[in-house]
Amino acid sequence: MSVNAKTLNEDEFFYGHKACAGCGGSLAVRIALKVLGERSVAVLPAGCMSAVGFNFPQLCFGNNAIISTFAGTASMLTGVEAGLRAQGITDFHAVGFAGDGGTADIGLQALSGAIDRNDDILYICYDNEAYMNTGIQKSSLTPFGAKTTTTPAGKNIRGNLRPKKNMFEIVAAHGIPYAATASVGYLNDFMQKVEKAAKIKGTKYIHIIAPCPTGWGIATDETVEIAKEVVDCGLWYLAEFENGEYKLNYQPKEFTDIESYLKKQSRFRHLTDEDIETIKRSRDAKWDAIHNNFKIN
Amino acid sequence: MAKMFLSGNEAFAYGIRLARPQVISAYPITPQTIVVEKLSEMVEDGSLKSEFIHVESEHSALSCAIGASSVGARAFTATSSQGLLYMAECLTYASGGRFPIVMMNANRSTALPWNIYGDQRDSLSQIDCGWIQAYAENAQEALDLALMSYYIAEHKAVSTPFMANLDGFVLTHTYEVVDVPTAEQADAFLPKFETENKLDLNNPRNLAFSAGPEHNTAFKYKEHIGLLNAKKAVDEAEEKFTEIFGRRYTGLTESYRTEDADYILITLGSIAGLVRETVDRLRKQGKKVGLLRIRYMRPFPNEEIAEAVKNAKAAAVLEKDISFGNEGTVYTNVNSALHKSNVNVPTSNYIGGLGGKNISADDIEKIFDELSEERAKVQFIGIGGDGK
Repeated sequence: MSVNAKTLNEDEFFYGHKACAGCGGSLAVRIALKVLGERSVAVLPAGCMSAVGFNFPQLCFGNNAIISTFAGTASMLTGVEAGLRAQGITDFHAVGFAGDGGTADIGLQALSGAIDRNDDILYICYDNEAYMNTGIQKSSLTPFGAKTTTTPAGKNIRGNLRPKKNMFEIVAAHGIPYAATASVGYLNDFMQKVEKAAKIKGTKYIHIIAPCPTGWGIATDETVEIAKEVVDCGLWYLAEFENGEYKLNYQPKEFTDIESYLKKQSRFRHLTDEDIETIKRSRDAKWDAIHNNFKIN
Repeated sequence: MAKMFLSGNEAFAYGIRLARPQVISAYPITPQTIVVEKLSEMVEDGSLKSEFIHVESEHSALSCAIGASSVGARAFTATSSQGLLYMAECLTYASGGRFPIVMMNANRSTALPWNIYGDQRDSLSQIDCGWIQAYAENAQEALDLALMSYYIAEHKAVSTPFMANLDGFVLTHTYEVVDVPTAEQADAFLPKFETENKLDLNNPRNLAFSAGPEHNTAFKYKEHIGLLNAKKAVDEAEEKFTEIFGRRYTGLTESYRTEDADYILITLGSIAGLVRETVDRLRKQGKKVGLLRIRYMRPFPNEEIAEAVKNAKAAAVLEKDISFGNEGTVYTNVNSALHKSNVNVPTSNYIGGLGGKNISADDIEKIFDELSEERAKVQFIGIGGDGK
């Protein structure tokens, strides 16, 4: 039977940290470690989760955990896994938690290398759609239109001009044994994916949307709700890649209103009707592609 | 012990095999490639039981080695030049985390202009990154350093990563007859890697954390003490090495005919061989000259240098390096050593061998000749090209 809210481990492995109220990333890390258990070795690059969890002498991980260089999440995971295996230790999980910048920008090369080698690691990207630790700068996973401190919304340029890089499919294109998307708005789905990934040999990748109230401009008690809504309005989707096949896990019966999702967040408040139309068109094109290429349950 | 005809790279690989690293992660770069090729062959033929990780860059090579070391595995990597610079972020990471990784660096010029040949600007530019830095003179010393490096790096009072430098091509690619110890001898010399500074599944830890202004200096101070302690660990390693293998080394420096020398040339790496021959030749002519070879740039042999130079009339530093806008890095360090010990001997600096430019016996003889004269403090040997 799959793990769920009732059967989830009551032990806490990530607590006493300094994450902001309503932090989606810390929720993803906390839940994943509850699923993986105490024999996890967590590698976290320079970024929000390491900044809030590793301040000597207040060290907040109950399991083994180490900060890597910003670009080195995957390569350090490889070393951890190989080093333990070389000593005859096999009953552990080497798990990485990196943000969108640490994954899709500076850490992409090392991640690609690890997938290419099919190292036995689980890499979880908590995607809050900008460099939040340094104060909300654009990453390659910042969505079209979003206002960040390096893509300000003014008269001449209305926020970020480029669409979000598709990390899930980039990772899948390597022929990875398992990849999945998730959202902290659908925690059961995420828990089950972590549990499934933990049982698969080789490289696993889970990409979880993890809203940042500070960066997105929402109230601290809206994190889970907005993470649900991004899936329900079709701007994110829950899917898996396994055995060379894409599979959609959840098809909303009808998309909720995109404008309502966007206008709740101060990062999108400047968008014009035309911008919102652009976002809608891009969503619809993506879902056409999903219907053509993904197995639909 | 078997006699083999090996290049510097191959000799180092044989030394590493004897040290039995559990994880090797490396990325190829000329002129280091042969050491990782050789180790791959050893893993393939089963003579080396090691996880060989084909990383996609030097940054990942060292990051992976740090990961392996952080769980208590003995780790090895090798690089050169641009590769060393590309992984530079991980250098301070390994030393700050006190992970006793061993890395071979094939000394090579750094771009621009591109150049694959040997000089020491790559490693000397990283002198402050917290690693032990040793410079081998020949293939035998390279092999012996490979074995001793783990003893020193993993020493409880040291716990500091170790960079063993071999001059590109001149040493990495030159074949010599080398004594290769047996595995039994090597095992008698090198204990298994044991550390408490590791992630332990039975006793979970958080490592490589942040430390703010209140605690930061204490961590850095301990790191400094660890590197200073390497001096004693070198002596200890060499003493045990002599007991088992018979070969003798002389600590952070090697003095050659310096006791009564008026003029001393201080240098490092493979050029020392030619300097030694030149010293012998000039001695036959009645000139009182000597060689001081620096074997370790970190920890730096302050006392040894002052002791060797104090009775000389003048000393020169010959190095394949320039700290632009100032002088050679070795020269700066040597002058500091002399000044701290109140040794008031005039010194001068010769910058040579850049980008693989040959340094001849005549060049060395000229340095000794010029030492008795008043000269510019910093001089380049054989500028050539458009630089005249």
